[in-house]
Amino acid sequence: MPPISSEARTWPAEGLARVPYWIYQDEDIYRREQERIFRGATWNFLGLEAELPAPGDFKTTFVGEMPVVVTRDGKGRLRAFENRCAHRGALLCIKQRGNAKEFACVYHNWTYDLEGNLTGVAFRRGIQGKGGMPADAKPETEAPRKFRVASFCGLIFATLSEATPPLEDALGPEIAARIRRVMKEPIRLLGGYSQMFSNNWKLYLDNVKDTYHASLLHSFFTTFRLNRLSQKGGVIVGGDGGNHVSYTMMRTDTGGDEYERAGVRSAAGGYRLEAPELLESVDEIGDGISLQILGVFPGFVLQQIMNSLAVRQVLPKGVAETELVWTCFGYAADDEAMTERRMKQANLIGPAGYISMEDGAATAFVQRGVQGAAERAAFVEMGGRGVGSDESRVSETSVRGLWQAYRRHMEL
Amino acid sequence: MDIELQLTVENLLARYVHALDEGRLEDWPEFFVDAGRYRITTAENHERGLPIPVLYADSRAMLRDRVTALRHANIYEAQRYRHTVSATLVERDGTSAARATSHFQVLRIMDTGESMLFASGRYLDRIRLNGAGGKPQFEEKIVVCDSRRFDTLLAIPL
Repeated sequence: MPPISSEARTWPAEGLARVPYWIYQDEDIYRREQERIFRGATWNFLGLEAELPAPGDFKTTFVGEMPVVVTRDGKGRLRAFENRCAHRGALLCIKQRGNAKEFACVYHNWTYDLEGNLTGVAFRRGIQGKGGMPADAKPETEAPRKFRVASFCGLIFATLSEATPPLEDALGPEIAARIRRVMKEPIRLLGGYSQMFSNNWKLYLDNVKDTYHASLLHSFFTTFRLNRLSQKGGVIVGGDGGNHVSYTMMRTDTGGDEYERAGVRSAAGGYRLEAPELLESVDEIGDGISLQILGVFPGFVLQQIMNSLAVRQVLPKGVAETELVWTCFGYAADDEAMTERRMKQANLIGPAGYISMEDGAATAFVQRGVQGAAERAAFVEMGGRGVGSDESRVSETSVRGLWQAYRRHMEL
Repeated sequence: MDIELQLTVENLLARYVHALDEGRLEDWPEFFVDAGRYRITTAENHERGLPIPVLYADSRAMLRDRVTALRHANIYEAQRYRHTVSATLVERDGTSAARATSHFQVLRIMDTGESMLFASGRYLDRIRLNGAGGKPQFEEKIVVCDSRRFDTLLAIPL
């Protein structure tokens, strides 16, 4: 059977309450996403300003699968451009990060300034009157594409499209306020790592936006009453539906037996921590919110889990492979005790995280589970069939918000 | 070379990886002194002096909590490790302690049959030679992974 063209795919009639499984499997859809979403009218997260404090600092990263160089130019402005030499298309920067005055492609030594302008073509006029390019050659026409770059509270985003609304408008006021809440003062980088997931990138995004799963899959939470859905909290959907923030208030668990009565695996046992200092946290933002997970379409997550602060960048690496890049931070004014606290609470997150290690496993279970079911669909009706903010997190409203934004970009 | 010291350290490392690879997680904290520190990090963070760990404990109690969580709270597919430890360099550190640096590789074998090179790196160990019961124990074990990238999740300790 020939592959079905993405143009021929139609979304189930039930709308946002269903997610067809071909969306995670179809190579043609994947290619279309690169063009319409990542290279389209979206703001893609590139990193933290704190990673590039000085003029000449640079890092390499990706927008979708497209390699990108991010720099701070000689005047201190942030720049981003395609990591592709105008000549033959080789990477023009092959380092993860560093400081440079210019970039030289290793293949034929064509050079670029910190803004991504082609500044030099080796032997352009040949040697001793022989060889070289014709006088009317304009290799600049194939120069790396430049991004519009915007920074909000030290978070760097970029877009290739002129049609993308200004960053703060695209975030929406509620999401912007919740970013400001965490990025409230100068930060200090504490380190990072990444995880490879054997699933489509949207399954991770969907997982982040799924407030319903948090206390059911992640039983560490529930066992120690960190985040039971009976705690006070909520979910706000912002932007065009693709942005969200979910939050939990500290120590407001009613102590009811909803989980026990529902027979939830994670409630059983009554295990206690021998070293509860792991969870000793300080309400450093001062509003009683102990946990906030914020997502910006298509691939950004900001996390505050007690005193564990991190940004996560979701990078598609093929139709069924995703890299999740974590960068953890504290505040520049942190004392030693706070850094130690953040190190201890780092046990909650990342590949070995008490409350995050299951995510990549669960999303890969979906990728494997739907292998023979491209024409079937996920059933997404918790909290109704629409998109909106919800006081309850027993809701899939922000998951539906994701698909609303996605379908608009993809015209599906 | 102090052959007895070398063999003492290599034997500790061998018993440590046998316990992990046989799934005897409950024995794992017993390789550490009470205030033992265990930290998994990446070479990149280590070299840049960035403190955030992949996994961190500063007491045996915290290691036991990790085992309890792995047994009763966390969800991960059935899997085993096969450690290979080599090139152990040992030097005495005072009369009752030693420092050791070793190379390690860990194969991860999933219940589905898939095997992969899961991690490689260095163990940076400080060892108390006369720990509990007169046996050597780790005062500190820093696991520096060569890569910053982990496949899916890291459940069983390295």
